[in-house]
Amino acid sequence: MASMGIFFALAGAACAALMAGIGSAIGVGKAGQAAAGVVTEDPAKFSKVLILQLLPGTQGIYGLLIAFITLTQIGIMGGDANLSAVKGLLYFAACMPMAFVGLISAIQQANAAVSAIALVSKKPDQFGKSMIFPAMVETYAILALLVSILSIFGIAGLAV
Amino acid sequence: MAKDSYIYAVARIRSHELQLLNAAFMEQLLAAPDEAGCLRLLSEHGWGTPDMSAEQMLDGETEKTWELIRELVGDLSVFHVFLYENDYHNLKAAIKEACTGGRHPGIYVENSVFPACMLEEAVESRSFGDLPEHMREPAERAMDTLLSTRDGQLCDCIIDRAALCAIRKAGAETGSELLALYGELTAAIGDIKTAVRALRTGKSLEFLRTSLAPCATLDEARLSEAAESMEALVAYLDTTIYADAVPELEKSPAAFECWCDNYLIRRIRPQLSNSFGIDPLAAYILARRMEIRSVRIILTGKRNDMAESLIRGRVRETYV
Repeated sequence: MASMGIFFALAGAACAALMAGIGSAIGVGKAGQAAAGVVTEDPAKFSKVLILQLLPGTQGIYGLLIAFITLTQIGIMGGDANLSAVKGLLYFAACMPMAFVGLISAIQQANAAVSAIALVSKKPDQFGKSMIFPAMVETYAILALLVSILSIFGIAGLAV
Repeated sequence: MAKDSYIYAVARIRSHELQLLNAAFMEQLLAAPDEAGCLRLLSEHGWGTPDMSAEQMLDGETEKTWELIRELVGDLSVFHVFLYENDYHNLKAAIKEACTGGRHPGIYVENSVFPACMLEEAVESRSFGDLPEHMREPAERAMDTLLSTRDGQLCDCIIDRAALCAIRKAGAETGSELLALYGELTAAIGDIKTAVRALRTGKSLEFLRTSLAPCATLDEARLSEAAESMEALVAYLDTTIYADAVPELEKSPAAFECWCDNYLIRRIRPQLSNSFGIDPLAAYILARRMEIRSVRIILTGKRNDMAESLIRGRVRETYV
């Protein structure tokens, strides 16, 4: 049963990287389609729509960060990889906020980015404002990132 | 097709919407001294070249719209709801040509689902089985009616009813709310126009019952009974969602048609802020159709020296 600890922790890290990564891939893909549509009609808007396309990509980076920190903490990247099953489950739980919020927020941010790209295609001078709408969704990804980071660092000190 | 499949197409349409004619441009056209002045303004806006005739310019713009949609969507089947009107027009033309004998160039319209020559051949050889399924029965019935009664109006009514049924069905089958609305409105408005025409020409209740297409927003039985007098028709329409159209209907058929187009434009306008799905593309097609219609009205008015106020009253609202 003790060996299950490392399995649970690793599963949590994998979920964070996987789900947030999937969300970002879907999001960047969606925004990319809209960006390509705008650039087809007006290549001069490339730089503006590129920034908007990249916004849903951050969740994937956050997921990677959580996975990396977890792997470091549980000793997979070097050190003692012995974990109790309870501690492994705690790491698993700590990774979940980033996994789920990463997946959903990336897709929702992409929807906002697609609409923002449409706004830029019609009113390029409103680029600054158009960035704010998808950026608002980022708040929740950052909150999930914070909760996951604080939890992962907090678990290390627990005697379970 | 999934909603996300149209993201690229909608983004391109957003750029094309910038080229749509707005109310200010329509005012400029109305203020132009004559047709040549209007054509000059339109060519400056990117509509054809100044040496083009009005018809060439308008046909060119219609073709440009469909070329763009073809490029964006590839498979146009989802937009058959807009094209069936032309197919049924061609079917009507083919039946009349076959019954009267001889060839009449220029009676067929382009941008249809089925090639006009295919309809022409099938009707001429009376091979109705070669026609699309939804055209077979009405085509045969319309031809038999025309041959036996020589009543062109009755023949038109059979085909028009079939067209309305096909448009409504095609709209509902797309799964798009906007296309379903278009199909429903086309059928309902077609029924109201038929009822008014029947009332003015003194057609029988039986004629109306066979001419009205089924639709969800009107009760065909009540509409055909109400078409006995204008008062009864108005009283019935007042109980439907078309109550706002009643004053226009009482004014003139042209005013009623204008109300219908404006109502549709108002219903599709929310698509300007929708970035997903087929609906913004459908709205663009309708917006282009309406602006071409408005330009045609202005050009015809200018050509015939109509008063500006009269033309203005018939110009449709703009999408942008």
